Amino acid sequence: MTDSVLYEAPGPRARRRARYASVVTALVLLAGLTWALYRFAAEGEFAYDKWGALVDPTNENFSALWTLLGGGLVNTLTAAGWSILFSLVIGTLLALTRITAAAWYRWAVVGVIELLRGTPVVVLIFFSAQALPAFGLDISLMWALVVGLTAYNCVIIAEIVRAGIAALPSGQSEAAYAVGMRRHQVMFSVLLPQAFRAMLPALISQLVVVLKDTSLGFTISYPEFVQRGEIAIENLGNQIQVYLVVAVVFILINYTLSRVAVRTERALSRGRKSSATAREPESAAATGD
Amino acid sequence: MQVLTENYQLYLNGIWTTLQICFYAGLLTLLVGTAVAGCRVSPLAPLRAFGTAWVTVFRNCPLVVVLFFMAFAIPTLGLNASYFVFGTIGLALYTSAFVCEAIRSGINSVSPGQAEAARSIGLGFTQTLRLVILPQAVRSIVPPLGSVMIAMIKNSAIAGAFGVGGDLYETGTRLSSAQGEAIVPVLLGVALGYLIITIPAGLLLGYVERKVAIAR
Amino acid sequence: MRKGKLTAAAVAASTTLLLGACGGGSSSGGFSAPVAEDPSFEQGTTMAHYAEQGEITIGTKKDQPLFGLQGLNGEMQGFDVAIGEIIAGQLGIPADKIVWQETPSKNREKYIQDGTVDMVVATYTINDKRAERVSFAGPYYEAGQDLMVRQDNDSITGAESLRDSDAKVCSAHGSTPSERIREYVDESRLVLFDSYSKCADALSNGQVQAVTTDDAILMGLVSEREEDQFKVVGNTFSEEPYGVGIPKGDADFCEFVNESLRTAAENGSYAEAWNTTAGQVSERTPELPELRSCS
Repeated sequence: MTDSVLYEAPGPRARRRARYASVVTALVLLAGLTWALYRFAAEGEFAYDKWGALVDPTNENFSALWTLLGGGLVNTLTAAGWSILFSLVIGTLLALTRITAAAWYRWAVVGVIELLRGTPVVVLIFFSAQALPAFGLDISLMWALVVGLTAYNCVIIAEIVRAGIAALPSGQSEAAYAVGMRRHQVMFSVLLPQAFRAMLPALISQLVVVLKDTSLGFTISYPEFVQRGEIAIENLGNQIQVYLVVAVVFILINYTLSRVAVRTERALSRGRKSSATAREPESAAATGD
Repeated sequence: MQVLTENYQLYLNGIWTTLQICFYAGLLTLLVGTAVAGCRVSPLAPLRAFGTAWVTVFRNCPLVVVLFFMAFAIPTLGLNASYFVFGTIGLALYTSAFVCEAIRSGINSVSPGQAEAARSIGLGFTQTLRLVILPQAVRSIVPPLGSVMIAMIKNSAIAGAFGVGGDLYETGTRLSSAQGEAIVPVLLGVALGYLIITIPAGLLLGYVERKVAIAR
Repeated sequence: MRKGKLTAAAVAASTTLLLGACGGGSSSGGFSAPVAEDPSFEQGTTMAHYAEQGEITIGTKKDQPLFGLQGLNGEMQGFDVAIGEIIAGQLGIPADKIVWQETPSKNREKYIQDGTVDMVVATYTINDKRAERVSFAGPYYEAGQDLMVRQDNDSITGAESLRDSDAKVCSAHGSTPSERIREYVDESRLVLFDSYSKCADALSNGQVQAVTTDDAILMGLVSEREEDQFKVVGNTFSEEPYGVGIPKGDADFCEFVNESLRTAAENGSYAEAWNTTAGQVSERTPELPELRSCS
């Protein structure tokens, strides 16, 4: 249902009222904004001291600062990339195990999935950074972060995959069995390829979640974007400005990813005319997990 | 494992603080999320733009960054409150973007004929929404909304680290780092504490889901 | 003031270049530790291993002004950094061969135990609980927990006055000071962040009335703010001997570190290390504290 079904196409009077209301809303928002800007200005938050190194290429600290932040962003993207890759592989395996497992050990798979799903990601990251070495697993900070993020996200992906397979019409597997395919053939050449296609938007959206959660790397001092920002703040004393830049960069990257997810969703549903119901592209990502 | 029995009081306090954060943040985020969802489907273009901007910002920004602005930019504006208030509001604002999207997609899941019929008997925008669409949307809103709330409970760990203190996660860091207890049992205790909250919440959600599904 | 500090760092960096030209490149802002030439150690000792390797990984903080702070271009500065360079120098390892691993408070024992770092010099208080997991050489500095307040605050004169003035106090998660201060304030008046600089921001916003941790760290926070914004109360209520954390039970290496500290105190590089770092805001120059025995 498109949103516009909810109300009539506005007539002249409604349009006039909408215009007034719009102006009033805009004015209220503007007033709030102006007040905030005024307060920030009064606190000296717009001073060149605080912005120069961030925006002025001729500033003495500009290149050092951006090298620092850029390195942090690369670290963030690297950790996020590995995490999504491992989550995808392990998540798919988990989903398959859950589907194909015999009843006597399926409860164990379900148990692991539920345990990991119920624990905050920051606890899992902290755990993998602090506790894995206690078990004799000596891993670097980045891998500790990747392990924590993967532990958390693989079960979410497992659920996405399971839902993707479950959503396929049962005729698909029936037909495959009917032409004499074996169980793993049905899974790998018929069900999974179709499920992945349908899941693609949800998977891209999950990347947004992983990328955001990578920022929790600062709790174990992995030199990611936010942690590098903190070092810059320690040197320049411009915390609000640096965090503003960090926020804008994250929003730009994640917004782009979300758009890609929506595009993929549209492209897929154009390809398959039959799917009349327009599903939201996000599933797990829509929960803020 | 001794650390768990010796410090069970600390853990209980931690669970209590976490529950408090989640209770207030949950109430607030439902209010804000619904209001923003209202904005996103409203006939007024500036409200729609505002709703879209709100969701774009809070959904794409890491929670730590949102919490930072609550804890440090708002006091710079001259508005002071306790960090419990800031942390709770920050968590609620972040979650509200997801609440809004859950509600909006719920609204979208109601067949257009319902809205058309409501309008044809002369109901206005708010009446259509309140009397016809939302009651029907509830059953498709509940499952995602429940997941959003459970995600929020887990995210409260991050809010606890922003000056709030005393919640489960912070209790864990306190025991393991400041008092030097062995890390594995301490963190297992923390995980257990969250599971005590999230697993019953999940079961409750499943129960409610079945309830509204029957109502169909 | 922070702007001023950056320029100072720039000056220090250019001084470093000059010093670097005459051998022993330094990274701790003007300080240059003497590097032993071809030191010889008994086969099989930890020292021989590091000397042969020609490289050492030292854990320190990277956000601790005056003690361990990473500059924008990556160079390390501070008293802890200088102490690390002194010890490395005695092993024949120049400053540019030291790998600095950021080591926040909660990771210190862990990093030593799992070998992430070879030693830790990170405002690391010696205490019995930690000594169960790691060994300590030193102490190389005697700090004490204190309070930092706004310049115009006269009502907070020490830990005992906190309850009366109903002050909110900020400290860092999982730190010893955050535990000790619980004797003096109620849980609800205690605010915890992941870094002391966030505490300093909370203090300047008026969200808290005091920040508590070791005086050494507080001095660093005072130094990087605009002049006269904060002050250290100067009424310590604990003794915090800072030690060098090393793997548990390595008595030989502990003796070696102690010997390096003694040498540094004698040849003046200990005092120089202080004066080029924390000494810039502190009027006193500390003596090397009495070292503990390595057993």
